[in-house]
Amino acid sequence: MTAHSNENRQASGASLKSYVLGFALSILLTIIPLGVVMGGWLEGTAALVTILIAAVLQFVVQLFFFMHLREGEDARWNKLALVLGAVILILIVGGSIWIMTYNAVAQ
Amino acid sequence: MAATATEHGHGHDHSHGHEEHNQESMKVFGFWLFLITDVLMFATLFATYVVLRNNTNGGPTAEELFQLPIIIANTFILLTSSFTSGLAVLAMHQGKLKQLIGWLAVTMLLGASFLGLEIYEFAHLVHEGATMQTSAFLSAFYTLVGAHGLHVTIGLFWMIGIVLQLAKRGITPVTERKVNVVSLYWHFLDAVWIFVFTVVYLMGVM
Repeated sequence: MTAHSNENRQASGASLKSYVLGFALSILLTIIPLGVVMGGWLEGTAALVTILIAAVLQFVVQLFFFMHLREGEDARWNKLALVLGAVILILIVGGSIWIMTYNAVAQ
Repeated sequence: MAATATEHGHGHDHSHGHEEHNQESMKVFGFWLFLITDVLMFATLFATYVVLRNNTNGGPTAEELFQLPIIIANTFILLTSSFTSGLAVLAMHQGKLKQLIGWLAVTMLLGASFLGLEIYEFAHLVHEGATMQTSAFLSAFYTLVGAHGLHVTIGLFWMIGIVLQLAKRGITPVTERKVNVVSLYWHFLDAVWIFVFTVVYLMGVM
């Protein structure tokens, strides 16, 4: 039983290769925003958008390469719960920024 | 206590073992649901911080306060610890107990260095007169970054507990699930830190 599930897990990608690749991508996605902000590669909105995209991409790297989102019997439910969480997260953060920015303008 | 009971059942009965495997995977799913609720908690803290970050009440601003070198070091420390906790899981799947404990120890050491630097940073800020009571910006800052630091602290003690269990019981379906869950938690903390790093520190000095 245990041996069987071990085989499954290894076949589905929890390998040294995927961890090393994930780690390398994470480092790259940390160096890019550092270069943008400290190295002055970009400015203003372009810089802001770039570092936010790098952060989201790095979250995705953690999910797929380290947390193995797509694996296991419950993968579908994991993803469903994550989507629900993401929707509420965007509503809370986006909604707060939107309302409070408008509030500042209105006053 | 329940753990030892199921452990025994596993060796004896195949069909029972299968059921137990399902139960273990249900527990991992349950933990995943907890992580989603934790995401929501951090979402509210991030929203609060972003809304209040310019309300400095005449006190120091983010740009004046933050020392990026410490933060950059901490980012790479936590990133590496996320990787080493992954290596621990990998060693576990290969049945290598010593390697598993070794990688967990490295992960804990990196986690402790992260905390040490964060405490140093907080102490430094307070010394500069930037306390939680100074402004809405700093209240939101300490709450958000402190909540993450508290998670890391809990994770450290949790890992110590799991290493003790591993040393005593070895790799069983139950300890295997526990290592999987704590590593999930640790990767999650790294993911949250990426957003702290970007939204609080990088956007703070931009």
